[in-house]
Amino acid sequence: MQLKKLQKPIANSANKKALKGLLTTATCALLGVHGNVEAKTDLLTDWKFDTALMLYSEPNRVSAGEAIIAGTKTFSNDDILNLKVTVDSLTGASANGAVAQPNPQTFTGPSGEKGYHVDANTTPLDNTFKDLRVQANAQWTQPLSNNYTWSIGGNLSKEFDYLSIGTNTNIAKDFNNKNTTLSAGFALYYDVINPVGGIAKPLSPMLYPDQFTRSFKGEDDENSGSSSKVTIGNNDNKTTTDLLLGLTQVISRRMIMQFNYSFSTVNGYLTDPYKFLSSVNDNGLTQQYLYENRPNNRTKHAFFVQTKYHFDNSIIDASYRYMTDDWHVNSHTVDLRYRINLSKGNYIEPHVRYYTQTAADFYQPFLQEGAILPEFASSDYRVGEMDTYTLGIKYGMPLANDKSMAFRVEYYHQTPKNAGFSQPGVLAEQNLYENIDAVIAQASYSF
Amino acid sequence: MNTKNIIKSSVIALAILLSGCSSLGVEPWQRDLLAKDEMALTSAPVDAALDDHIYFSKEASSGGRSFGGGGCGCN
Repeated sequence: MQLKKLQKPIANSANKKALKGLLTTATCALLGVHGNVEAKTDLLTDWKFDTALMLYSEPNRVSAGEAIIAGTKTFSNDDILNLKVTVDSLTGASANGAVAQPNPQTFTGPSGEKGYHVDANTTPLDNTFKDLRVQANAQWTQPLSNNYTWSIGGNLSKEFDYLSIGTNTNIAKDFNNKNTTLSAGFALYYDVINPVGGIAKPLSPMLYPDQFTRSFKGEDDENSGSSSKVTIGNNDNKTTTDLLLGLTQVISRRMIMQFNYSFSTVNGYLTDPYKFLSSVNDNGLTQQYLYENRPNNRTKHAFFVQTKYHFDNSIIDASYRYMTDDWHVNSHTVDLRYRINLSKGNYIEPHVRYYTQTAADFYQPFLQEGAILPEFASSDYRVGEMDTYTLGIKYGMPLANDKSMAFRVEYYHQTPKNAGFSQPGVLAEQNLYENIDAVIAQASYSF
Repeated sequence: MNTKNIIKSSVIALAILLSGCSSLGVEPWQRDLLAKDEMALTSAPVDAALDDHIYFSKEASSGGRSFGGGGCGCN
């Protein structure tokens, strides 16, 4: 059904023409090409499109749908233009960071108006979650003299509460009869976050609207009574600087390897504005919910190695990544894909991925009432200790006229772990590290 | 590991690799298999973009294969 939806608009030649027209206009605007007929005709021909529709679903939690259309045009002088549009939508419930309790809990929604209730002995999920994101990318790659290749690109991503603008450039040089390639890339992103209800004062309590007639001791005067939090502003931002150094080496007729080092430093607002921590008493009973607060900068180093080996009728693609950062998150990722060629260009590709991370040093599943508040704290399981694995399979088939189609199904499992925190009183009976399952289904069509 | 040490060891590793690399590789007429689309390091860029988005928003790591920068409010 998804495929029909995908195929119908893009297989239609009139639509394809319209799409090319749009891409041409966008390209002309991007490259400053003026109404030159020859340039336009050249731009219109020989586009290659890759499209995909993906559904991501966590039963009882979040569901997402994502559509991608990417167009690639290779010019006669080997210049390459790549344009990509991504749209994704998100609905469902996401863990809000509070701990499960033996009694029901009530939370104020981010806007301060719509609250939600959580049953006893249940991980609190915020079901007011809804988002739509549109992203556009453009990348220009051109060969230069002396075996150099240069690339420059930009991207823009917009959600109703988030904006990201980015630019990147990359230079690569081939050596040893093009068997060795060295590359260096640089990217800069500027993100603005405009959370519903504003930016909460770090570790300030979640407030209840008037109708809940519940108030917290120490409630701030700044509170108007209609908001879910004491705010310190309407929006905030962050800047990300990425550096990527790469070495690609042909080993033999059947084998190629890549080694990458990436450095990333982020400065600014890195807190999740929608997450809390429960503040519990000695019996483990929640007394209040405090908005989380993360450090204002993060520096990451990642080492990545990948190899591909071509057997007679199959290809193995194996990669490993080690990442370490100054939040003390260390992670290992192993990814294996094995493409088995069947008859007439069809193939199947099983996929296994394993990932493990240590907890950020400010991670804690809850706060203890009466204890001195730490400067930074988050109970977001995504910065806690965790293992995940993915099992998947892809089936691809060629179609007439150089078109192709592929289907992919994956199962993703997350196992958050206790990084050594004790669970006082009633919390001993609660599962603070709930496993999460997700199913990913994707249909792709290239033409 | 501090940044200086990481950069230092990366440069040394790179120098060793590069000196070894000159004896590796193939002649242009031996590229029949390497030239196939499916032998490209990122042979399914759309799949890779979708995966990067999922794992970026569900885990605390990004980057390595490509830039891991900003782009969404999901993490």
